[in-house]
Amino acid sequence: MIIRLQQLAHTRTGDKGDTSNISLIAYRPEDFAVLEREVTAQKVADWFAHLRDADAQPVQRHVLAQLHALNFVLPGLLRGGVTRSLALDAHGKCLGAALLRMEIQQ
Amino acid sequence: MQTLRIGAGAGYSGDRLEPAIELARDGQLDYLIFECLAERTIALAQQARLADPVAGYDPLLGARMRGVLPYVRQPGRRRLRIISNMGAANPQAAAQHVLAIARELGLSGLKVAAVEGDDVLEVLRAHPEWTLDNGSSVGALGQRMVSANAYLGVEGILQALAEDADVVITGRVADPSLFLAPQVHAFGWAEDDWLRRGRGTLTGHLLECAGQVSGGYFADPGLKEVPDLARLGFPLAEIDPDGIARISKVAGSGGRIDVATCTEQLLYEVHDPSRYLTPDVTADFSAVAFELLGPDQVLASGAQGQSRPERLKVTVGYRDGWIGEGQMSYGGPNAVARARLAGQVVEQRLALTGVAVQELRCELMGVDSLHGSTFGAAAEPWEVRLRVAGRCATREAAQALANEVETLYTNGPAGGGGATRQVREVLAVASVLLPRELAVPRVHLEVCP
Repeated sequence: MIIRLQQLAHTRTGDKGDTSNISLIAYRPEDFAVLEREVTAQKVADWFAHLRDADAQPVQRHVLAQLHALNFVLPGLLRGGVTRSLALDAHGKCLGAALLRMEIQQ
Repeated sequence: MQTLRIGAGAGYSGDRLEPAIELARDGQLDYLIFECLAERTIALAQQARLADPVAGYDPLLGARMRGVLPYVRQPGRRRLRIISNMGAANPQAAAQHVLAIARELGLSGLKVAAVEGDDVLEVLRAHPEWTLDNGSSVGALGQRMVSANAYLGVEGILQALAEDADVVITGRVADPSLFLAPQVHAFGWAEDDWLRRGRGTLTGHLLECAGQVSGGYFADPGLKEVPDLARLGFPLAEIDPDGIARISKVAGSGGRIDVATCTEQLLYEVHDPSRYLTPDVTADFSAVAFELLGPDQVLASGAQGQSRPERLKVTVGYRDGWIGEGQMSYGGPNAVARARLAGQVVEQRLALTGVAVQELRCELMGVDSLHGSTFGAAAEPWEVRLRVAGRCATREAAQALANEVETLYTNGPAGGGGATRQVREVLAVASVLLPRELAVPRVHLEVCP
Protein backbone atom coordinates (compact mmCIF):
# COMPACT_ATOMS: atom_id res chain seq x y z
CA MET A 1 0.00 0.00 0.00
CA ILE A 2 1.22 3.48 -0.87
CA ILE A 3 1.06 6.00 1.97
CA ARG A 4 2.48 9.43 2.67
CA LEU A 5 5.19 10.02 5.26
CA GLN A 6 2.85 12.40 7.05
CA GLN A 7 0.89 9.38 8.26
CA LEU A 8 3.90 7.79 9.96
CA ALA A 9 6.33 10.48 10.98
CA HIS A 10 7.04 14.05 12.01
CA THR A 11 9.97 16.29 11.13
CA ARG A 12 12.01 19.21 12.41
CA THR A 13 14.34 21.27 10.27
CA GLY A 14 17.51 23.09 11.31
CA ASP A 15 20.16 25.07 9.44
CA LYS A 16 23.89 25.62 9.76
CA GLY A 17 25.37 27.84 7.09
CA ASP A 18 24.35 26.51 3.69
CA THR A 19 23.38 23.07 5.04
CA SER A 20 19.92 22.02 6.14
CA ASN A 21 19.19 19.07 8.40
CA ILE A 22 15.81 17.41 8.57
CA SER A 23 14.98 14.86 11.22
CA LEU A 24 12.29 12.30 10.44
CA ILE A 25 10.82 10.65 13.52
CA ALA A 26 8.29 7.81 13.59
CA TYR A 27 5.20 8.43 15.69
CA ARG A 28 5.12 4.74 16.55
CA PRO A 29 8.27 2.66 17.08
CA GLU A 30 6.83 -0.18 14.99
CA ASP A 31 6.80 2.04 11.89
CA PHE A 32 10.50 2.86 12.07
CA ALA A 33 11.58 -0.16 10.00
CA VAL A 34 9.46 1.11 7.11
CA LEU A 35 11.06 4.55 7.31
CA GLU A 36 14.53 3.07 7.47
CA ARG A 37 13.84 0.88 4.42
CA GLU A 38 11.97 3.40 2.27
CA VAL A 39 13.41 6.84 3.03
CA THR A 40 16.94 6.54 1.75
CA ALA A 41 19.46 9.37 1.44
CA GLN A 42 19.12 9.11 -2.35
CA LYS A 43 15.35 9.41 -2.23
CA VAL A 44 15.57 12.53 -0.08
CA ALA A 45 18.26 13.98 -2.36
CA ASP A 46 15.98 13.40 -5.36
CA TRP A 47 12.98 14.90 -3.55
CA PHE A 48 14.81 18.21 -3.00
CA ALA A 49 16.94 18.06 -6.17
CA HIS A 50 15.32 21.19 -7.66
CA LEU A 51 16.42 23.22 -4.61
CA ARG A 52 20.00 21.97 -4.27
CA ASP A 53 23.14 23.42 -5.82
CA ALA A 54 24.34 21.39 -8.79
CA ASP A 55 27.73 20.79 -7.14
CA ALA A 56 26.37 20.14 -3.64
CA GLN A 57 27.96 17.46 -1.46
CA PRO A 58 25.92 14.24 -1.12
CA VAL A 59 22.98 13.95 1.26
CA GLN A 60 23.90 12.04 4.43
CA ARG A 61 21.53 9.93 6.51
CA HIS A 62 22.20 9.17 10.17
CA VAL A 63 20.18 6.44 11.90
CA LEU A 64 19.12 6.68 15.56
CA ALA A 65 17.21 3.44 15.97
CA GLN A 66 16.63 3.82 19.73
CA LEU A 67 14.78 7.07 19.02
CA HIS A 68 13.14 5.66 15.87
CA ALA A 69 14.58 8.65 14.05
CA LEU A 70 16.52 9.41 10.88
CA ASN A 71 18.58 12.58 10.48
CA PHE A 72 19.15 13.83 6.93
CA VAL A 73 21.91 16.35 6.26
CA LEU A 74 21.49 18.25 2.99
CA PRO A 75 24.37 20.52 1.94
CA GLY A 76 23.85 23.21 -0.69
CA LEU A 77 20.13 23.57 -0.08
CA LEU A 78 19.93 27.05 1.38
CA ARG A 79 21.18 29.40 -1.34
CA GLY A 80 24.12 30.53 0.76
CA GLY A 81 22.42 30.29 4.13
CA VAL A 82 20.24 32.50 6.27
CA THR A 83 22.49 35.55 6.26
CA ARG A 84 22.76 35.74 2.47
CA SER A 85 19.85 33.95 0.84
CA LEU A 86 17.14 35.71 -1.17
CA ALA A 87 14.62 33.12 -0.01
CA LEU A 88 11.53 34.11 1.95
CA ASP A 89 12.27 31.27 4.39
CA ALA A 90 16.01 31.80 4.46
CA HIS A 91 16.49 29.32 7.32
CA GLY A 92 14.65 26.65 5.37
CA LYS A 93 12.48 25.98 8.44
CA CYS A 94 9.54 24.97 6.23
CA LEU A 95 11.46 22.28 4.35
CA GLY A 96 10.73 19.35 6.64
CA ALA A 97 7.00 19.76 6.06
CA ALA A 98 7.56 19.22 2.32
CA LEU A 99 9.22 15.88 3.01
CA LEU A 100 6.02 14.66 4.68
CA ARG A 101 4.28 14.53 1.28
CA MET A 102 6.69 11.86 0.04
CA GLU A 103 4.94 8.62 -0.89
CA ILE A 104 6.35 5.32 0.33
CA GLN A 105 5.44 1.65 0.18
CA GLN A 106 4.21 0.54 3.57
CA MET B 1 26.31 18.60 45.87
CA GLN B 2 22.73 17.72 45.19
CA THR B 3 20.70 18.37 42.08
CA LEU B 4 21.44 21.46 40.02
CA ARG B 5 18.50 23.29 38.46
CA ILE B 6 19.11 25.26 35.25
CA GLY B 7 16.45 27.03 33.20
CA ALA B 8 16.41 28.48 29.69
CA GLY B 9 15.15 32.07 29.59
CA ALA B 10 15.47 32.76 25.86
CA GLY B 11 16.10 30.81 22.67
CA TYR B 12 16.89 33.83 20.56
CA SER B 13 17.35 37.58 20.85
CA GLY B 14 13.71 38.57 20.41
CA ASP B 15 12.19 35.77 22.49
CA ARG B 16 9.25 36.17 24.87
CA LEU B 17 9.95 37.70 28.29
CA GLU B 18 7.30 36.32 30.62
CA PRO B 19 8.25 32.62 30.41
CA ALA B 20 11.71 33.64 31.67
CA ILE B 21 10.19 35.61 34.53
CA GLU B 22 7.95 32.63 35.32
CA LEU B 23 11.05 30.41 35.53
CA ALA B 24 12.91 32.90 37.74
CA ARG B 25 9.92 33.21 40.07
CA ASP B 26 8.64 29.65 40.23
CA GLY B 27 11.41 27.40 38.87
CA GLN B 28 13.48 27.18 42.08
CA LEU B 29 16.47 27.59 39.81
CA ASP B 30 20.16 27.84 40.54
CA TYR B 31 20.84 29.32 37.10
CA LEU B 32 18.80 31.00 34.40
CA ILE B 33 20.46 31.13 30.98
CA PHE B 34 19.56 33.49 28.14
CA GLU B 35 20.89 32.40 24.72
CA CYS B 36 20.40 35.37 22.40
CA LEU B 37 23.15 35.37 19.79
CA ALA B 38 22.45 34.04 16.29
CA GLU B 39 25.21 33.76 13.68
CA ARG B 40 24.74 37.23 12.25
CA THR B 41 23.61 39.07 15.41
CA ILE B 42 27.13 39.92 16.49
CA ALA B 43 27.99 41.46 13.10
CA LEU B 44 24.95 43.72 13.38
CA ALA B 45 25.91 44.56 16.98
CA GLN B 46 29.47 45.36 15.93
CA GLN B 47 28.12 47.88 13.43
CA ALA B 48 25.96 49.44 16.15
CA ARG B 49 29.02 49.71 18.39
CA LEU B 50 31.02 51.45 15.66
CA ALA B 51 28.29 54.09 15.51
CA ASP B 52 28.00 54.37 19.32
CA PRO B 53 30.71 53.08 21.70
CA VAL B 54 28.22 52.17 24.45
CA ALA B 55 25.92 50.24 22.07
CA GLY B 56 26.34 46.80 20.52
CA TYR B 57 24.55 44.54 22.97
CA ASP B 58 21.12 42.93 23.06
CA PRO B 59 18.29 45.49 22.87
CA LEU B 60 16.16 43.43 25.29
CA LEU B 61 18.89 43.16 27.94
CA GLY B 62 17.33 45.88 30.10
CA ALA B 63 13.81 44.48 29.89
CA ARG B 64 15.01 40.97 30.72
CA MET B 65 17.11 42.12 33.69
CA ARG B 66 14.30 44.22 35.12
CA GLY B 67 12.14 41.10 34.93
CA VAL B 68 14.47 38.61 36.61
CA LEU B 69 16.92 40.54 38.83
CA PRO B 70 14.30 40.89 41.59
CA TYR B 71 14.67 37.11 42.10
CA VAL B 72 18.48 37.14 42.32
CA ARG B 73 20.06 36.97 45.80
CA GLN B 74 16.78 37.51 47.63
CA PRO B 75 16.70 36.42 51.29
CA GLY B 76 14.60 33.31 51.79
CA ARG B 77 14.93 32.22 48.15
CA ARG B 78 17.30 29.74 46.54
CA ARG B 79 20.27 31.64 45.11
CA LEU B 80 19.64 32.41 41.44
CA ARG B 81 22.45 33.37 39.06
CA ILE B 82 22.11 34.61 35.50
CA ILE B 83 24.31 33.74 32.51
CA SER B 84 23.78 35.23 29.04
CA ASN B 85 25.52 36.01 25.78
CA MET B 86 23.47 39.21 25.49
CA GLY B 87 26.75 41.13 25.64
CA ALA B 88 27.06 40.50 21.88
CA ALA B 89 29.72 42.91 20.56
CA ASN B 90 30.01 44.88 23.81
CA PRO B 91 29.86 42.78 27.02
CA GLN B 92 31.38 45.54 29.17
CA ALA B 93 28.75 48.10 28.18
CA ALA B 94 26.06 45.45 28.71
CA ALA B 95 27.44 44.73 32.20
CA GLN B 96 27.35 48.45 33.00
CA HIS B 97 23.70 48.52 31.94
CA VAL B 98 22.97 45.59 34.27
CA LEU B 99 24.75 47.38 37.13
CA ALA B 100 22.70 50.53 36.51
CA ILE B 101 19.47 48.53 36.71
CA ALA B 102 20.74 46.78 39.85
CA ARG B 103 21.33 50.19 41.47
CA GLU B 104 17.81 51.27 40.56
CA LEU B 105 16.44 48.10 42.13
CA GLY B 106 18.54 48.57 45.27
CA LEU B 107 20.54 45.37 44.75
CA SER B 108 23.64 46.53 46.61
CA GLY B 109 26.40 43.92 46.52
CA LEU B 110 25.24 42.30 43.27
CA LYS B 111 28.27 41.08 41.31
CA VAL B 112 28.20 41.47 37.55
CA ALA B 113 30.91 39.99 35.31
CA ALA B 114 31.65 40.69 31.66
CA VAL B 115 33.43 37.95 29.69
CA GLU B 116 35.35 39.15 26.65
CA GLY B 117 38.08 37.75 24.46
CA ASP B 118 35.92 36.36 21.66
CA ASP B 119 36.53 39.37 19.40
CA VAL B 120 39.42 38.31 17.16
CA LEU B 121 38.95 40.83 14.37
CA GLU B 122 42.49 42.18 14.81
CA VAL B 123 43.93 38.65 14.78
CA LEU B 124 42.25 37.98 11.44
CA ARG B 125 43.34 41.31 9.99
CA ALA B 126 46.90 40.22 10.77
CA HIS B 127 46.38 37.03 8.76
CA PRO B 128 44.97 38.03 5.35
CA GLU B 129 46.25 34.72 3.94
CA TRP B 130 43.86 32.57 6.01
CA THR B 131 41.17 30.83 3.98
CA LEU B 132 37.50 30.94 4.94
CA ASP B 133 35.06 28.05 4.56
CA ASN B 134 33.53 29.74 1.51
CA GLY B 135 36.87 29.59 -0.29
CA SER B 136 37.61 33.31 -0.01
CA SER B 137 40.67 34.58 1.83
CA VAL B 138 40.42 36.92 4.81
CA GLY B 139 42.36 39.52 2.84
CA ALA B 140 39.90 39.43 -0.06
CA LEU B 141 37.13 40.67 2.27
CA GLY B 142 39.17 43.80 3.01
CA GLN B 143 37.14 46.61 4.53
CA ARG B 144 33.92 44.63 4.05
CA MET B 145 34.85 42.48 7.07
CA VAL B 146 32.98 43.95 10.07
CA SER B 147 33.35 41.31 12.76
CA ALA B 148 35.21 38.14 13.69
CA ASN B 149 34.25 36.33 16.87
CA ALA B 150 35.52 33.03 18.18
CA TYR B 151 33.12 30.59 19.81
CA LEU B 152 34.57 30.46 23.33
CA GLY B 153 33.91 27.55 25.68
CA VAL B 154 33.23 27.42 29.40
CA GLU B 155 36.51 28.91 30.65
CA GLY B 156 35.57 32.59 30.98
CA ILE B 157 32.22 31.83 32.58
CA LEU B 158 33.92 29.42 35.02
CA GLN B 159 36.30 32.17 36.10
CA ALA B 160 33.39 34.59 36.61
CA LEU B 161 31.46 32.02 38.66
CA ALA B 162 34.57 31.29 40.74
CA GLU B 163 34.69 35.03 41.49
CA ASP B 164 31.12 34.66 42.78
CA ALA B 165 29.41 36.61 39.97
CA ASP B 166 25.61 36.78 40.20
CA VAL B 167 25.25 37.85 36.58
CA VAL B 168 27.64 36.78 33.82
CA ILE B 169 27.40 38.62 30.49
CA THR B 170 29.40 37.26 27.57
CA GLY B 171 29.95 37.93 23.91
CA ARG B 172 30.25 34.93 21.59
CA VAL B 173 30.25 31.71 23.58
CA ALA B 174 29.08 28.42 22.11
CA ASP B 175 25.40 28.04 22.97
CA PRO B 176 25.67 24.77 24.95
CA SER B 177 28.72 26.12 26.81
CA LEU B 178 26.47 28.68 28.50
CA PHE B 179 24.69 25.70 30.09
CA LEU B 180 27.72 23.46 30.57
CA ALA B 181 29.68 26.07 32.55
CA PRO B 182 27.43 26.11 35.64
CA GLN B 183 27.44 22.29 35.67
CA VAL B 184 31.25 22.16 35.57
CA HIS B 185 31.37 24.85 38.26
CA ALA B 186 28.86 23.14 40.55
CA PHE B 187 30.11 19.58 40.19
CA GLY B 188 33.83 20.21 39.72
CA TRP B 189 34.14 18.09 36.59
CA ALA B 190 37.70 17.83 35.32
CA GLU B 191 38.72 19.55 32.11
CA ASP B 192 39.18 16.14 30.45
CA ASP B 193 36.07 14.52 31.91
CA TRP B 194 34.74 14.07 28.37
CA LEU B 195 31.90 11.76 29.41
CA ARG B 196 30.32 14.25 31.81
CA ARG B 197 31.06 17.19 29.54
CA GLY B 198 29.29 15.26 26.78
CA ARG B 199 26.28 14.73 29.05
CA GLY B 200 26.27 18.35 30.16
CA THR B 201 26.46 19.45 26.53
CA LEU B 202 23.42 17.30 25.72
CA THR B 203 21.49 19.15 28.42
CA GLY B 204 22.71 22.46 27.06
CA HIS B 205 21.77 21.51 23.51
CA LEU B 206 18.27 20.46 24.57
CA LEU B 207 17.71 23.73 26.49
CA GLU B 208 19.48 26.29 24.32
CA CYS B 209 16.48 27.01 22.08
CA ALA B 210 14.22 27.40 25.12
CA GLY B 211 10.61 26.79 23.99
CA GLN B 212 11.65 24.48 21.15
CA VAL B 213 11.95 21.54 23.56
CA SER B 214 8.77 22.33 25.48
CA GLY B 215 6.25 22.42 22.63
CA GLY B 216 7.37 25.30 20.43
CA TYR B 217 8.10 24.67 16.70
CA PHE B 218 6.15 21.44 17.10
CA ALA B 219 2.36 21.72 16.92
CA ASP B 220 0.59 20.35 13.85
CA PRO B 221 -3.18 20.40 14.45
CA GLY B 222 -4.74 16.97 14.33
CA LEU B 223 -1.34 15.28 14.34
CA LYS B 224 0.78 16.82 17.07
CA GLU B 225 -1.25 18.78 19.60
CA VAL B 226 0.34 21.19 22.08
CA PRO B 227 -1.79 22.49 24.95
CA ASP B 228 -1.92 26.19 25.72
CA LEU B 229 0.70 27.26 23.17
CA ALA B 230 0.12 30.94 23.94
CA ARG B 231 1.42 30.31 27.46
CA LEU B 232 4.31 28.08 26.41
CA GLY B 233 6.54 27.38 29.39
CA PHE B 234 10.32 27.46 28.93
CA PRO B 235 12.26 24.36 29.99
CA LEU B 236 14.39 23.62 33.00
CA ALA B 237 16.75 20.74 33.76
CA GLU B 238 17.35 19.04 37.07
CA ILE B 239 20.85 17.64 36.79
CA ASP B 240 22.61 15.11 39.00
CA PRO B 241 26.35 15.26 39.78
CA ASP B 242 27.07 12.78 36.94
CA GLY B 243 25.34 15.02 34.41
CA ILE B 244 22.14 13.03 33.91
CA ALA B 245 19.28 15.46 33.43
CA ARG B 246 15.54 15.48 33.83
CA ILE B 247 13.90 18.01 31.50
CA SER B 248 10.69 19.64 32.71
CA LYS B 249 8.95 23.00 33.02
CA VAL B 250 7.07 25.02 35.62
CA ALA B 251 3.81 23.33 36.63
CA GLY B 252 0.79 25.07 35.16
CA SER B 253 2.63 26.60 32.19
CA GLY B 254 1.57 25.76 28.64
CA GLY B 255 3.36 23.48 26.22
CA ARG B 256 4.43 19.86 26.18
CA ILE B 257 7.60 17.96 27.03
CA ASP B 258 7.78 14.32 26.02
CA VAL B 259 9.95 11.92 24.05
CA ALA B 260 8.75 13.38 20.73
CA THR B 261 9.58 17.02 21.56
CA CYS B 262 12.95 16.00 23.00
CA THR B 263 13.82 13.86 19.97
CA GLU B 264 13.03 16.70 17.56
CA GLN B 265 15.19 19.10 19.54
CA LEU B 266 18.02 16.57 19.97
CA LEU B 267 18.53 16.54 16.20
CA TYR B 268 17.87 20.24 15.63
CA GLU B 269 20.87 21.77 13.83
CA VAL B 270 22.85 18.57 14.38
CA HIS B 271 24.66 16.87 11.51
CA ASP B 272 26.53 13.72 12.57
CA PRO B 273 25.04 12.97 16.01
CA SER B 274 28.18 11.08 17.03
CA ARG B 275 30.33 14.18 16.52
CA TYR B 276 28.70 17.32 17.87
CA LEU B 277 31.58 19.76 18.10
CA THR B 278 31.76 22.42 20.79
CA PRO B 279 34.78 24.25 22.22
CA ASP B 280 34.51 22.06 25.34
CA VAL B 281 34.04 18.53 24.04
CA THR B 282 33.24 16.44 20.99
CA ALA B 283 29.85 15.30 22.21
CA ASP B 284 28.34 12.02 21.03
CA PHE B 285 24.53 11.98 20.93
CA SER B 286 24.26 8.81 18.85
CA ALA B 287 23.09 6.64 21.78
CA VAL B 288 20.93 9.20 23.55
CA ALA B 289 17.67 7.84 24.93
CA PHE B 290 14.65 9.59 26.41
CA GLU B 291 12.28 8.21 29.03
CA LEU B 292 8.99 9.81 29.99
CA LEU B 293 8.97 9.92 33.80
CA GLY B 294 5.65 11.71 34.22
CA PRO B 295 3.65 14.53 32.70
CA ASP B 296 6.09 16.94 31.02
CA GLN B 297 9.10 15.21 32.58
CA VAL B 298 11.71 13.44 30.48
CA LEU B 299 14.95 11.75 31.53
CA ALA B 300 17.75 12.31 29.00
CA SER B 301 20.61 9.81 29.10
CA GLY B 302 23.16 8.08 26.93
CA ALA B 303 25.29 11.04 25.82
CA GLN B 304 29.02 10.51 25.67
CA GLY B 305 32.03 12.56 24.74
CA GLN B 306 35.54 12.57 23.35
CA SER B 307 38.31 15.14 23.51
CA ARG B 308 37.52 18.67 22.46
CA PRO B 309 38.60 20.11 19.09
CA GLU B 310 42.04 21.68 18.94
CA ARG B 311 40.79 24.79 17.17
CA LEU B 312 37.92 27.21 17.73
CA LYS B 313 35.35 28.16 15.13
CA VAL B 314 35.34 31.85 14.25
CA THR B 315 32.35 33.48 12.59
CA VAL B 316 33.33 36.31 10.27
CA GLY B 317 30.70 38.90 9.39
CA TYR B 318 31.10 40.88 6.15
CA ARG B 319 29.08 43.31 4.08
CA ASP B 320 27.87 41.58 0.95
CA GLY B 321 25.78 44.01 -1.09
CA TRP B 322 22.10 44.78 -0.88
CA ILE B 323 18.81 42.94 -1.26
CA GLY B 324 15.82 44.73 -2.76
CA GLU B 325 12.41 43.13 -2.50
CA GLY B 326 8.88 43.97 -3.56
CA GLN B 327 5.59 42.14 -3.10
CA MET B 328 2.11 42.49 -4.63
CA SER B 329 -1.05 40.45 -4.10
CA TYR B 330 -3.52 39.09 -6.69
CA GLY B 331 -6.82 37.40 -5.91
CA GLY B 332 -9.86 35.84 -7.47
CA PRO B 333 -10.24 33.85 -10.69
CA ASN B 334 -7.01 33.63 -12.73
CA ALA B 335 -4.98 35.18 -9.91
CA VAL B 336 -2.00 32.91 -10.55
CA ALA B 337 -1.78 33.84 -14.24
CA ARG B 338 -1.98 37.56 -13.48
CA ALA B 339 0.70 37.26 -10.80
CA ARG B 340 2.97 35.28 -13.14
CA LEU B 341 2.53 37.96 -15.79
CA ALA B 342 3.37 40.63 -13.20
CA GLY B 343 6.60 38.83 -12.36
CA GLN B 344 7.57 38.64 -16.03
CA VAL B 345 6.91 42.37 -16.38
CA VAL B 346 9.22 43.16 -13.46
CA GLU B 347 12.00 40.99 -14.92
CA GLN B 348 11.67 42.73 -18.30
CA ARG B 349 11.59 46.16 -16.69
CA LEU B 350 14.81 45.48 -14.78
CA ALA B 351 16.50 44.63 -18.10
CA LEU B 352 14.95 47.61 -19.95
CA THR B 353 15.97 50.13 -17.29
CA GLY B 354 19.45 48.68 -16.76
CA VAL B 355 19.16 47.75 -13.10
CA ALA B 356 22.15 45.54 -12.28
CA VAL B 357 20.92 42.47 -10.42
CA GLN B 358 23.34 39.67 -9.56
CA GLU B 359 20.74 37.10 -8.57
CA LEU B 360 16.95 37.29 -8.84
CA ARG B 361 14.07 35.31 -7.36
CA CYS B 362 10.58 35.70 -8.70
CA GLU B 363 7.97 33.55 -6.97
CA LEU B 364 4.38 33.31 -5.82
CA MET B 365 3.64 33.11 -2.13
CA GLY B 366 0.84 30.60 -1.90
CA VAL B 367 2.33 28.46 -4.67
CA ASP B 368 6.10 28.04 -4.80
CA SER B 369 7.94 30.57 -2.60
CA LEU B 370 8.89 28.14 0.17
CA HIS B 371 9.69 24.92 -1.67
CA GLY B 372 10.19 25.95 -5.30
CA SER B 373 7.59 23.33 -6.14
CA THR B 374 4.23 22.13 -4.95
CA PHE B 375 5.32 18.47 -5.08
CA GLY B 376 2.27 17.69 -7.15
CA ALA B 377 -0.17 19.10 -4.60
CA ALA B 378 -1.20 22.19 -6.56
CA ALA B 379 -4.74 23.40 -6.58
CA GLU B 380 -5.52 26.89 -7.86
CA PRO B 381 -5.34 29.14 -4.78
CA TRP B 382 -7.88 31.94 -4.34
CA GLU B 383 -5.12 34.46 -3.71
CA VAL B 384 -1.38 34.65 -4.28
CA ARG B 385 1.35 37.16 -3.54
CA LEU B 386 4.07 37.90 -6.04
CA ARG B 387 7.49 38.25 -4.44
CA VAL B 388 10.50 39.52 -6.36
CA ALA B 389 13.83 39.66 -4.52
CA GLY B 390 17.22 40.48 -6.00
CA ARG B 391 20.83 40.82 -4.89
CA CYS B 392 22.48 44.04 -5.99
CA ALA B 393 25.87 45.66 -5.46
CA THR B 394 24.35 49.01 -4.54
CA ARG B 395 21.50 50.31 -2.43
CA GLU B 396 20.24 52.31 -5.42
CA ALA B 397 19.84 49.23 -7.58
CA ALA B 398 18.07 47.36 -4.78
CA GLN B 399 15.70 50.28 -4.32
CA ALA B 400 15.03 50.41 -8.06
CA LEU B 401 14.10 46.73 -8.02
CA ALA B 402 11.67 47.20 -5.16
CA ASN B 403 10.15 50.21 -6.90
CA GLU B 404 9.52 48.21 -10.07
CA VAL B 405 7.19 45.91 -8.16
CA GLU B 406 5.25 48.85 -6.75
CA THR B 407 4.76 50.39 -10.21
CA LEU B 408 2.68 47.32 -11.06
CA TYR B 409 -0.19 49.12 -9.31
CA THR B 410 -0.89 51.32 -12.33
CA ASN B 411 1.20 49.61 -15.01
CA GLY B 412 0.82 45.91 -14.36
CA PRO B 413 -1.89 43.26 -14.71
CA ALA B 414 -5.43 43.77 -13.41
CA GLY B 415 -6.20 43.73 -9.73
CA GLY B 416 -2.81 43.96 -8.03
CA GLY B 417 -2.96 45.27 -4.47
CA GLY B 418 -1.10 45.65 -1.20
CA ALA B 419 2.37 46.42 -2.51
CA THR B 420 5.28 46.47 -0.07
CA ARG B 421 8.92 47.34 -0.63
CA GLN B 422 12.03 46.55 1.36
CA VAL B 423 15.73 47.28 0.95
CA ARG B 424 18.35 45.86 3.30
CA GLU B 425 22.11 45.54 3.45
CA VAL B 426 23.40 41.98 3.50
CA LEU B 427 25.67 41.04 6.39
CA ALA B 428 26.86 37.62 5.38
CA VAL B 429 28.90 35.25 7.52
CA ALA B 430 31.70 32.83 6.81
CA SER B 431 33.86 30.84 9.20
CA VAL B 432 37.47 29.98 9.83
CA LEU B 433 39.21 27.79 12.43
CA LEU B 434 41.53 29.46 14.93
CA PRO B 435 44.20 28.03 17.28
CA ARG B 436 42.75 28.14 20.79
CA GLU B 437 45.52 30.23 22.29
CA LEU B 438 44.59 33.18 20.05
CA ALA B 439 41.20 33.67 21.74
CA VAL B 440 41.71 33.88 25.50
CA PRO B 441 38.75 34.90 27.68
CA ARG B 442 39.06 37.96 29.91
CA VAL B 443 36.76 38.53 32.88
CA HIS B 444 35.92 41.92 34.35
CA LEU B 445 33.81 41.86 37.53
CA GLU B 446 32.17 44.80 39.26
CA VAL B 447 30.06 44.98 42.41
CA CYS B 448 26.92 47.07 42.60
CA PRO B 449 27.57 49.79 45.22
